[in-house]
Amino acid sequence: MAVMRDMIPPFELYQPTEVDDAVRLMRQHGDKGWVLAGGLDTFDWFKDRIKRPEAVIDLVGVEELRGISDGADGGLDIGAMTSLTDVAENADVMNRYPLLAEAAGLVATPQIRNQGTLGGNIVQDTRCWYYRSGWPCYRAGGNVCYAATSQSMNREHCIMGASRCVAVSPSDTAPALVALDAEMVVASTSGERTWAAADFFIGPDIDIERMTVLKPGDLLARIVLPAPWEGARWYFEKVRDRKAWDFSLVSVASSLRVEAGMIQDARIVVNSVAPYPVRLRAVESAIRGRAPSEETGQMAGEIAVEGARTLRHNDYKVALMRNLVKRSIRDAA
Amino acid sequence: MLQTEAIQARRGGFTRRKFIKGVVAAGATASVSGYLFRGSGIFAPMLTAQGAVERLVTLTVNGQQRRVDVPKYETLAMTLRYQLGLTGTKLGCDRAECGACTVLLDGVTHYGCSILTHSVQGREVTTIEGLEQDGELHPVQQAVMDEGGFQCAFCAPGFAMSMVGMLEKNPNPTREEAAVLLSGNLCRCGDYDKILNTAMRAAELSRSRA
Repeated sequence: MAVMRDMIPPFELYQPTEVDDAVRLMRQHGDKGWVLAGGLDTFDWFKDRIKRPEAVIDLVGVEELRGISDGADGGLDIGAMTSLTDVAENADVMNRYPLLAEAAGLVATPQIRNQGTLGGNIVQDTRCWYYRSGWPCYRAGGNVCYAATSQSMNREHCIMGASRCVAVSPSDTAPALVALDAEMVVASTSGERTWAAADFFIGPDIDIERMTVLKPGDLLARIVLPAPWEGARWYFEKVRDRKAWDFSLVSVASSLRVEAGMIQDARIVVNSVAPYPVRLRAVESAIRGRAPSEETGQMAGEIAVEGARTLRHNDYKVALMRNLVKRSIRDAA
Repeated sequence: MLQTEAIQARRGGFTRRKFIKGVVAAGATASVSGYLFRGSGIFAPMLTAQGAVERLVTLTVNGQQRRVDVPKYETLAMTLRYQLGLTGTKLGCDRAECGACTVLLDGVTHYGCSILTHSVQGREVTTIEGLEQDGELHPVQQAVMDEGGFQCAFCAPGFAMSMVGMLEKNPNPTREEAAVLLSGNLCRCGDYDKILNTAMRAAELSRSRA
């Protein structure tokens, strides 16, 4: 890639040190503003000159958005600007929510985890390359999907939850957070609002231009891990083409509460099969009261892929998802 | 540049010293702008909006304070290479994929191509040029010499910085752990086996020196 192509067009840069100032700047600039966290999603957009914001609001100096502390009602509070390395290697996260530590530790590469933030990993835009290459697709405000035609390269795209757009959610930490019933605290000039992780991610049927509930002016400030799923059995697996750097083809995250050999409650979440992390509620209720065995996993896998609709090149995702859901129950520890 | 000069420059004032400096620096400025777009209006003076950052920043690079005029959209790798002349930091993909631009920020590895220079103020930047201390090679550099671990070696500075970051984290890695810790760097010659030999040798050397 030539250097000339990669020059970023100019913008005005703000480096606030308080959340209040950050959200005020975000409101002031509206959809001409851009929030910069780690930058691993941002700079591709800028270098390709597909996104050309007038003002960039860099959160690097906002200390209150960084760090991991005990929550008010038990659990853990994680600032959105906490690096993925800090999440993956924090003793509290590792001991109490190993599911999240594992997911954060499998993101991309060491350098990206050192720089990339938990908040950024959650709210990053989809990696559909038609969209990221600047094609005027539905998600970009156009009226066609280039990934769903008979000649499209769509090996990485949706098998469920599509609505015109077939791009998938790329985040590794998102399914883990949904499986832990995490809460997302969103700051704006009108105060804070909390969303359940499962409601935070939205599909194209709700809004085709956004992956999350965040609108211009909304800032994901912190993530609250609630006490109930602390210390539960868990499983996380990310399948990708390379062992490093790559996004998942399919990933699965599960939390299981098992008493007397029977599943009392469960959260099973699969990602990169839909435009949002998919919580498998039908599976969760079907496995309640059963042993976390091979048979239960098998049944769960079959239920999980019901209604899957494949594209030309991605039918392997059905078998992959079926097996990952099975493992997420059978092998949870 | 002195603080007073900076203020004067901002006010549009011009000192005699600054004028002479400007003439001397003109050649350098032209070469710096060689990688910028032409005719895109980028050279028109961009007025700083209220509350926005100033272009003039002080960076701590390899233990030295460097005062430098940085466009707000410039990445650290660009500043290091084209403004500070530290061309040991390479630009490969420029997309946070290949790791050739790896530098240390406060001892932790980062992709220099994917962070704004303005975002690293107040942090210690270490590049490949800063590894050698008082004529003594860093254990990683010595290991590269001993093992001859690279073919074309375009990726070598990035790998070396990743190895320094690796030793910081795990001074006694297994070969497998080293592979994971170096997984953010690519070698197009495919010389990974020898690179891992180098990493293991670097760990050995750094333990024996400690």
